[in-house]
Amino acid sequence: MRVRMSKRALLAVAVVGATGALATAALGANASSKSYNWSNAKSAAAGGGMKALIKAAKKEGTLNVIALPTNWANYGAQLNTFHKLYGIKIHSDNPSGSSAQEIQAIKSLKGRSSAPDVVDVGGPFASAGASQHLFAPYKVVTWKNIPKNQKDSGGMYYQDYGGFISFGCNMNLLGSTPCPTSWSALKSSKYHNDVALNGSPLSANAALSAVWAAGVNSGGSAKNIKPGVDFFKQLMSSGNFNSTDCNAASVIATSCPITINWDYLNTAGSWGLTGATHWKVVDPKGIPFGGFYNQAVSKYAPHPAAARLWQEFLYSTKGQNIWLKGGARPVELAAMVAAGTANKKSYKALPKVTNLSKAVVPTTAQSTAASAYVTANW
Amino acid sequence: MVVFLGIPLYVVIHGSLTTETNQFTFANFKQTWEFHSYRVAFKNSLILSIWTSVVGAVFGTWLAAAVVTAKPGGLLHRIVQSSSGVLAYFAGVPLAFAFIAALGLQGVVTVLLKHFGIDLYAHGFTISSMTGVGLCYVYFQIPLMVILITPALEGLRSEWRDAALSLGASKLSYLRHVAVPVLLPSFVGATLILFGNAFSAYATALALVGSTLSIVPAQIDNALNGNVLVGADRAGLTLGTEMIIVILVVMVGYWLVQRRARRWLR
Repeated sequence: MRVRMSKRALLAVAVVGATGALATAALGANASSKSYNWSNAKSAAAGGGMKALIKAAKKEGTLNVIALPTNWANYGAQLNTFHKLYGIKIHSDNPSGSSAQEIQAIKSLKGRSSAPDVVDVGGPFASAGASQHLFAPYKVVTWKNIPKNQKDSGGMYYQDYGGFISFGCNMNLLGSTPCPTSWSALKSSKYHNDVALNGSPLSANAALSAVWAAGVNSGGSAKNIKPGVDFFKQLMSSGNFNSTDCNAASVIATSCPITINWDYLNTAGSWGLTGATHWKVVDPKGIPFGGFYNQAVSKYAPHPAAARLWQEFLYSTKGQNIWLKGGARPVELAAMVAAGTANKKSYKALPKVTNLSKAVVPTTAQSTAASAYVTANW
Repeated sequence: MVVFLGIPLYVVIHGSLTTETNQFTFANFKQTWEFHSYRVAFKNSLILSIWTSVVGAVFGTWLAAAVVTAKPGGLLHRIVQSSSGVLAYFAGVPLAFAFIAALGLQGVVTVLLKHFGIDLYAHGFTISSMTGVGLCYVYFQIPLMVILITPALEGLRSEWRDAALSLGASKLSYLRHVAVPVLLPSFVGATLILFGNAFSAYATALALVGSTLSIVPAQIDNALNGNVLVGADRAGLTLGTEMIIVILVVMVGYWLVQRRARRWLR
């Protein structure tokens, strides 16, 4: 290629060269933190501690997140607080996306500056992402506060927040019929065409969990979801099942008399019905059924330091308390309650769950098996 | 053509016939047939497509016949023609919204009928059922039929009718021996198009019901985009190939009847 340089171009080259030299000089002065590649950091300490991490993240200046709805478990406050605290710009891509789309985005956007830095995915997707080598192992400072059975021992992924399955009742639609308090009550002829999920159990995690919760309370277990599928088949044949996909739009449009969903998503507030008196949430009698989501850092994160700082922030007392305020149970809750750092008001306001000690919270492997069973038999 | 049709077709068909490690297999097809949920999806899709296309075809032809026999250029003629053009493409999210607003649990029509003592929902109707979705489909099937069948009806020359009547045929025997045989291939062809139209419809059903309605396009979405199934891409691609096969059969049928139809309508 023949290049003829104008005077201006020459000048530009000189300026770039000079800044380059300056940068190199600066690098020499502080080589330890500047030259560190955070993509390989398995902990903040590995890269020189939190201060070095914050500095590197601020320098990157941006964090790419994906599939985080602002009305979901208080994620809106999470994103705002992080942005205010560190001045890091947040690109929130596809807020209503699914776990499958998050994993797909890591693969298909690999190498681009718009690729996701961090993901928040359901259990089966966390283990699939790890086995497909899409995540970078990272252990937050508070790693020891995450219960052992709620994290991958290598740090590939770790649970973040969760909740229990609840019934949300629109009393305007139910009228004088009371909100059901047990799973068996859902079969009553009083609830004809009333019982709805937030989508198909082949597509929505909470819907799958609702089926599973019904199963656990009618003879099933964490290893056996079949009674749940049978339970819903009975609701379908008796006409009690309402096939509306209960999302914020259909709930507000009053198409959902009884919505089964995670308790932290089933409040009037998270449906966008703040202050509404006709919305009632019930913790069904029997065995509570819980589920948690998982955090992971993408192996191909375009902002590796910001990605890790985001994890540190989420697992700090501040971040954990923001989820708690959203009605979700942060994974470090037990440790925080013991240490007295959990926000007392939010803790008290958590959706009530009785029989917590008997709760069933399936493992990732169990979730994968259950979803396979449901695919074949729903 | 290659970029927008060829490459996607290749990716879908190739994916459905290979394993994750790129080996040739028919196992994906076997699996989708063994899964109850996918069999239900195919059954639902076929039922929905067949009844909405037949209802759409019958009422569409009836409406078109009324228009064709009416005064050409008259008011009825113009209204039906232009509104069919608009309504045939009034599908997807706007149509679903209109139906929810009208016939939803708290929809205007539902509440109004309740006022007069007719409770739709007490009689087992719901907008998110197969009947509800089918009703919604019929709303774009009828106008599409009007558009498709009108040229064939217009091609039915009045000379034929006059000739038949002057030779002593009754109106009924004219219909039976002339009009119906001439029109039948066009009618069947247009019905096949309506079938394909309903079979591949996705946005309307998704907006109206969401992922809870088990039809094939919704299951493909669940397999590729859901929050539950991991590594179900192959199942999604296989369902896609199976849809392509159904549509291919429809297209071959359409081509055959079109060949017949053209004999009369030149």
